[in-house]
Amino acid sequence: MYAYDELDRTLINERVLEFRDQVKRRLSGELTEDEFKMLRLQNGVYLQLHAYMFRVAIPYGTLSSEQLRRMAHVARKYDRGYGHFTTRQNIQFNWIKLAELPDALADLADVGIHAMQTSGNNTRNVTSDQWAGVAPGEIEDPRIWSELLRQYTTLHPEFSFLPRKFKFAITASDHDRAAIKVHDIGLRLYKNAAGETGFEVLVGGGLGRTPFIGKTIKPFVHGHDLLSYVEAILRVYNQYGRRDNIYKARIKILVHELGIEKFAKEVEEEWLQMRDSALAIDDSVIEDIRSRFSYPAYEKLPHMPDELKKAAHDPHFEAWRKNSTFPHKVPGYAIAVLSLKPVGGPPGDATADQMDAIADLADKYSFGEIRVGHEQNLALPHVARRDLPALWKALDKIGVATPNVNLVSDIIACPGLDYCSLANARSIPIAQELTRRFANHDTANLIGRLHINISGCINACGHHHVGHIGILGVEKNGEEFYQITIGGRADEKAEVGTLIGPAVPYGDVADVIEDIVEAYLALRARPDELFIDAVKRLGVEPFRERVYATR
Amino acid sequence: MPLVKGGKIATDALVHVADDAEIPGDGGILIPAARFLGDAEALSGRAGKTGVIWPNNRDIDDLVPWLDRLAVVALVFPNFRDGRAYSQARVLRERYGYRGELRATGQVLRDQFVFMLRAGFDAFQVNKESDAEAFAATVKRYSVFYQPTGDGRITALHRRMQLRHSESAGQ
Repeated sequence: MYAYDELDRTLINERVLEFRDQVKRRLSGELTEDEFKMLRLQNGVYLQLHAYMFRVAIPYGTLSSEQLRRMAHVARKYDRGYGHFTTRQNIQFNWIKLAELPDALADLADVGIHAMQTSGNNTRNVTSDQWAGVAPGEIEDPRIWSELLRQYTTLHPEFSFLPRKFKFAITASDHDRAAIKVHDIGLRLYKNAAGETGFEVLVGGGLGRTPFIGKTIKPFVHGHDLLSYVEAILRVYNQYGRRDNIYKARIKILVHELGIEKFAKEVEEEWLQMRDSALAIDDSVIEDIRSRFSYPAYEKLPHMPDELKKAAHDPHFEAWRKNSTFPHKVPGYAIAVLSLKPVGGPPGDATADQMDAIADLADKYSFGEIRVGHEQNLALPHVARRDLPALWKALDKIGVATPNVNLVSDIIACPGLDYCSLANARSIPIAQELTRRFANHDTANLIGRLHINISGCINACGHHHVGHIGILGVEKNGEEFYQITIGGRADEKAEVGTLIGPAVPYGDVADVIEDIVEAYLALRARPDELFIDAVKRLGVEPFRERVYATR
Repeated sequence: MPLVKGGKIATDALVHVADDAEIPGDGGILIPAARFLGDAEALSGRAGKTGVIWPNNRDIDDLVPWLDRLAVVALVFPNFRDGRAYSQARVLRERYGYRGELRATGQVLRDQFVFMLRAGFDAFQVNKESDAEAFAATVKRYSVFYQPTGDGRITALHRRMQLRHSESAGQ
């Protein structure tokens, strides 16, 4: 965990006071809605279909139990008793009253939580691997650098009014769990031949209307130069990014229009003029940030404790253990993923009571720490393997032990037309129906790893382009239709999915997905050939045939 | 629209000269970039002060040769969502060492003051009277800053380092 110091605390309290003043001026009419819109967006407040939506940042996906309890408190006191975890390590509250927002923010600020830049045309919440610091084989903890970037990007005087939103993601593992290739800037931490820490820098990835996979702009930027290099990218983008058309304003379009070589050259020229500025980071600064991250005092524990051997007789426990727990870098410990995808439930939602209970379990079993991943699930990152059976019982009781992590019913979905004023179609009911269709865990296990992503409009908040199966809601003559893509992925082999054919009506979506899955089961070369690999090998055609032959 | 300078509402010593109006021989003037560049040598050598309004989509490099002879550079925020002039301001101050008045014009509201100060602006053509009056109070909103810019404010990272050094010196 990163512990805020007095300076961090002062800044977020100052931000709360500023926002309180802005809300007061809006309520008194001193600010027009047009003026206020920009200011509220800078602080994560959207006007949705029914009410204001409030998006709160969970930087690099790390939460303390105290912070999670405070989220529960906000859900209970200011909202309708639940919150929604998003694909970018944020939590959203959907029913907040404007007049109460400053109080909700102040309550969050008490525990070092803020909503700065969770929307608006600025640098958004810096996201990272949700297993940072605990994943086996990780090069080093990427959260040190994430925190450095969090501070650097917070209330940046030059880059708070960019052409469009701007997202960073960082990974330090071979397997990319942070989806860095679909971010405006993606950073892959590694060590060069001299053993120095640095980053492969990718730029111009993003989804939305025009999806692009990020391109490498510089194969190695030394850690000391990270901030100056990032500043050079942002400065070039701030000056030359398009502002005449909102759909062409992301950096991906600038990179695409200039070409990566020319864009890289512009950035390089800018960077060379300032790499030795005050932005150069020396090791003592890194060490200072590192020193404010605390790590658990792990015990020396057996890999196969008696508790685990005993519980192995319970098939329900075993199903969960095999599906939802993952290797930890320390022997005797595991990472436990908490599925927020119960059968028939909206993906990513948690009630205040669940959040409180998870916070208590984190205290009891995970050194008070919780993680939030882009798949809209939570994780307890430091669970002793001997505690897994007891933890499972407690998780099962509160409904977050569905053993469907990474399986077909572990669906990523945006809020869609049920909440969002931008949406063309519903997302949540599609997800709910699919979780019912694939409720049988044996079938789901047989299918194996399969990511379904659903977006209710072209803005792609559900990342449908990079779902193994992507579902995009569109509107046709006042009716909800859905385009289906297959073959997308968001990891280190990121790819944009391919459309399989004409859009299908709302009522047919679940049947179509079942057809695709059945086609896969019939066509796969071996039981362990994953859906995504089968699509790669076979192309879209056999799936298209299966889906449209009878439609 | 009130001008805020030196932290308070001030009288604008410059006359805004439109593209087709005659330029007075002395006295301060503020003129558009294209007109200035059309006759930069003469205009920058006038007896009176000369200021230039520089658009946010024009490369600031074109102005660099004249910087030391200009009294004012006015950068433009066509609306407050358009942040290009923040970059121009920092480049003028931090790269080219411009020390004259740097004026924010266009849609300038209270909630941009701190960002503008940090980017190097020291004069503000403010849209609303109430915002101009609130200037002194507004710029005191923040006491902690994460990024180094040319404004001399000490960053949080730097303060932590100083704190560490003073702690270790005391041991």
